[in-house]
Amino acid sequence: MKAKKYIIDFLLLPMVGLAASLIIWQLLSGHVEIHKNADGTTEEVKTGVVKDLPSPATTWEKTSKYVLKPFEKREELDQGVLRFTWYSLLIVAKGYAIALILGTPLGFFLGLSKAFTKMFDPIIQLLRPVSPLAWLPLGVVLFSGAGKQANEMAALFTIAVCSMWPTVLNTAVGVRAIPQDYLNVAKVLKLSRTQTLFKILIPATLPYMFTGYRLSLGIAWLVIVAVEMLTGRIGVGNFLWNEYNNGLYTSIILCILTIGLVGFVLDRGMSLLEKRFKSI
Amino acid sequence: MPFLEIKNVSKSYPVDSGRTTVLKNINLQIEKGEFVAIVGYSGAGKTTLMNLIAGLHRPDTGTVTLNDLEIVEPGPDRGVVFQNYSLLPWLTVYENISLAVTPLFPNWSEAKRKQHVEKYIEMVHLSHAKEKRPADLSGGMRQRVSVARALAMEPQILLMDEPLGALDALTRATLQDEIGRICQESGKTVVLITNDPDEGIYLADRIIPLSTGPEATLGPSFTVDIERPRDRKAMNHDPRFKRIRNGVVEWLLGEGGRKHTTVTKRLVLPDIEPEDLSVARSPFDRRRRPIRKSERKVEKIEIN
Repeated sequence: MKAKKYIIDFLLLPMVGLAASLIIWQLLSGHVEIHKNADGTTEEVKTGVVKDLPSPATTWEKTSKYVLKPFEKREELDQGVLRFTWYSLLIVAKGYAIALILGTPLGFFLGLSKAFTKMFDPIIQLLRPVSPLAWLPLGVVLFSGAGKQANEMAALFTIAVCSMWPTVLNTAVGVRAIPQDYLNVAKVLKLSRTQTLFKILIPATLPYMFTGYRLSLGIAWLVIVAVEMLTGRIGVGNFLWNEYNNGLYTSIILCILTIGLVGFVLDRGMSLLEKRFKSI
Repeated sequence: MPFLEIKNVSKSYPVDSGRTTVLKNINLQIEKGEFVAIVGYSGAGKTTLMNLIAGLHRPDTGTVTLNDLEIVEPGPDRGVVFQNYSLLPWLTVYENISLAVTPLFPNWSEAKRKQHVEKYIEMVHLSHAKEKRPADLSGGMRQRVSVARALAMEPQILLMDEPLGALDALTRATLQDEIGRICQESGKTVVLITNDPDEGIYLADRIIPLSTGPEATLGPSFTVDIERPRDRKAMNHDPRFKRIRNGVVEWLLGEGGRKHTTVTKRLVLPDIEPEDLSVARSPFDRRRRPIRKSERKVEKIEIN
């Protein structure tokens, strides 16, 4: 009985939703008809609700070489979609790591010191809503002296700066939420500063930190597409942009689906980690 | 020369309207090896008194001295058992205790420390649960860990702040027996804070009532001259027990409790006032509308 409900809830109903979406896509998409004119020449005529939207079948047909051989490298700009994704993930991982390394201690300082919060909170609130598209040019300027590495440095800078805020703010909230009891214990047991940090402050803040890490990872993945479009670094966002310029709209759809799927998998993974720490 | 001495101590806290004095003119002298219980109403300032001895707070006036040294900060010479156990949920029973032991005895070998921690886990009969986390333990077991942690620091004095307050009656009785046994065996000086006069008399050598706050102060000291080991059942019929109990309770209800306390009580009116429906009602008439819950009236009642 329970297994049956499980199948319905997690297999059947999502399938129905997927099928419905595909049908709507199919109905909206345009297709090409070839008209023979009286003088013997042929003419391609696009019809449909959204004339330029490729249908699901067309999309599959045109992009299957990227999907079926996802890691193949034919040319610099003609590679399997997961290979492109892999390049993007590498750069996201680096930028994200920088965000965590900078963001976590900053969050701790904000949580521990009221004066520090009053000093820097306004600036953080000011910088937090700034779009990656605005940070990127600054990154390019800042690292313009880095030669070949300039593009990569600018990309890392943008990812780190955009994605660190949830980590900073959640860590600060977590530190402020540590119960006074735990701090009393630290005082009564005469723990040193280092011990208080590692045995009490960090473990007590971990669940909040991981919520921040999960949100930060989501943002880092959002930022990568914009960064690749603007810097021309090879990756899934860059692939999307190139294919748009080439007029290959099917590839755009493939890229969107891939980016969504990867983002989903990353978020799931982080939320599993988060749950693991919340259970304590 | 008393071992622990509290002299003319007062303590106040800031509140919305100025400051409220929690403790006033507290004087207490405890000899080495004595077990003293302080009994009082909830919210009387018992925990504040405990924090002053523990060194978590400093008194506004007066001094607290242990062994003739003024207490200015928490220290390993005072083991504290908190009301809400205060175990760290991410550490096992063993780790919780070893966290207290490790910084105190840095010169000990790993093996010696391990042996030391295990001795105290054994003392509270939790050897079978030493790898468990606090979340997997019952309230009584958690409090035993907390007692073991305090004792493992080998303090000169053990401070217990309503250690059994959150437990059910049966567990409470069992733990009272165990705490009595452990304290008797170790011969430590103990200050027990409680809201239960029976518990205080059963465990302590001396019991002192604390009057109601604000401006709570200590009452007369009652020596519990009942020989140990004490039998819970027999004690209930012991005339000495009855005399002490009556003395403490009478002081708490009489002198210690006689204070004018004002209680602000919110009067919640019914959500809607009855209306005479036969009277025609103008939509612009703002006078005759139902009274809402937000328009609560407040009344001050003085309790004698």
